[in-house]
Amino acid sequence: MELIWDGIREAFRIIGTGDREVWSITLRSLLVSGSATLLALIIGISIGALLAFRRFPGRNLAVTLVNTGMGLPPVVVGLVVAIFLWRSGPLGPLGLIYTPAAMVIAQTIIAAPLVTGFTVAALGSLPSRLRPQLYALGASRLQMLWLVLQEARLPLFAAIMAGFGAAVSEVGASLMVGGNLAGETRVLTTAVVLAAQRGEFAPAIALSIILLALVFLINLVLTGVQQRESRS
Amino acid sequence: MTAKLALRDIVVRRGNAEILRVLQLDVTEGEVLAVLGPNGAGKSTLLQVLALLERPAQGEVLFDGSPVAGRELKLRRQMAAVFQESLLLDRSVAANIALGLSLRGMPRGQRRERVHYWLHRFGVDDLADRSGRHLSGGEAQRVSLARAFVLEPSIILLDEPFSALDQPTRESLADELVAVLSETGITAVFVTHERDEAARLADRVAVIVDGQVQQIGPTAEVFSSPADETVAAYVGVETVAPAKVLESHDGLVVLSVGYAHVEATANGFKASEALVCLRPEDIVLSVTESEIQTSVRNRLRGTVTGIKPAGAEVRVEADCGFPLVASITRRSLEELGIAIGTPVTASFKATAVHLIPRGT
Repeated sequence: MELIWDGIREAFRIIGTGDREVWSITLRSLLVSGSATLLALIIGISIGALLAFRRFPGRNLAVTLVNTGMGLPPVVVGLVVAIFLWRSGPLGPLGLIYTPAAMVIAQTIIAAPLVTGFTVAALGSLPSRLRPQLYALGASRLQMLWLVLQEARLPLFAAIMAGFGAAVSEVGASLMVGGNLAGETRVLTTAVVLAAQRGEFAPAIALSIILLALVFLINLVLTGVQQRESRS
Repeated sequence: MTAKLALRDIVVRRGNAEILRVLQLDVTEGEVLAVLGPNGAGKSTLLQVLALLERPAQGEVLFDGSPVAGRELKLRRQMAAVFQESLLLDRSVAANIALGLSLRGMPRGQRRERVHYWLHRFGVDDLADRSGRHLSGGEAQRVSLARAFVLEPSIILLDEPFSALDQPTRESLADELVAVLSETGITAVFVTHERDEAARLADRVAVIVDGQVQQIGPTAEVFSSPADETVAAYVGVETVAPAKVLESHDGLVVLSVGYAHVEATANGFKASEALVCLRPEDIVLSVTESEIQTSVRNRLRGTVTGIKPAGAEVRVEADCGFPLVASITRRSLEELGIAIGTPVTASFKATAVHLIPRGT
């Protein structure tokens, strides 16, 4: 118990005094996972709309693959991305291994299936005659897409929350492709792992609290918007 | 005259099944054409093709005489459609009505005035700021109609817009639609499976059964002389004649039909014109003047113009100031000695007359 209390006290001291190292790690987590979520949204919504609206052979298989992808183990993603980005690998010349960009790529691959799956469900819940009605009102294909996404905006918030949650909380892939380099690729999750391995539980707890608070705040804001929207 | 919208040799398939085949269908400028048929007959598919929402497997759609291919988006922006479901978006009623205009890139200032007018025209001013998702069925359908008419389209396509509504709402909305259509003169195609709705709204009726147009013609003509058994089975064989309302009070309506006067019972009947409908089995034919039936308000004298066997019954057509059809047994036919040219009296109760209001 002593360990936990010490940790929590230390955590608040770090948060209170504004430890520069801790804040830069937090900011990096936010940037890397935020970018990954943004990319995952672009990819996931595009593929999700395609799967929700188009009928083509192999569509069921594609949806099954997406659903499988929603539970993709981060270490596997990390391994595959690491192999591709490895100096002697196919994308080695880009020099991305052990950079934040590599982490963004890995987290995007983890979050994209989640966003895709949520998008398919959100768009699938709209009335089937809505699209013909929008076309009949004079919408072009792009206008139609923009309008249905707005219609599905409430369930799409869930896609953002799920995508960001998965990206910011994974550790396996970030370790493998980022390398946990201090000041460069160290993020909240990898910093927690390192501290815990060294037996430095107080900073580990402090970083964990910050991580939880971050996820909580993001969800609080998104849920707030979602609830206000659904009431209006 | 070139048709506003026309179909030529259209075939629509679902998988291997052919669900619609239309050799020719012309929607004339300014008319209201009802497409009438049972559920699953292909009516909605026909409307989807007319609305340029479904490309047929075969055939051509002509807009003002020229093929639509490649111009679908541009032409859809000259049309509007209303479906059975209101399909309003999750935004304010005013924003819903403005939707089509903003899709056409009309500036906000110009939109406001037109939206305001149509909000008012369909009596939904009070709902302007409410969400499109929180309306009753009737309110939502009013908004859906306003959303279509605000576009001032050159043709409006309506797919069973009232079928999800309760009877009183349906009737008052049908009245408003008739008023707006006659006021604006917009060409309209109205899909319905309700005979009376078609009779109420349409200048012409196309009857569609099993994916094919069986008959098309002026409303009264299609109802009173169905082209074949398929149409007759659907529209019901009966006398349908256009009439003018002479007076209407205490639930009794007096109408002038052709050269004859007919009395009918109808409460709160306000229209100035009507279609008078009579079922053949409600008309009694007699050859002598002596039979007095005091409860019968309508006794019309005329001449037999045609006799057609229909199973155990015989359909006798007579001109009694307007053409009507009575159904009698073969035995009565012989007993009464009815032949073409025989003078007869047709009697029917005021309650047997079904009135469909026309005009406003």
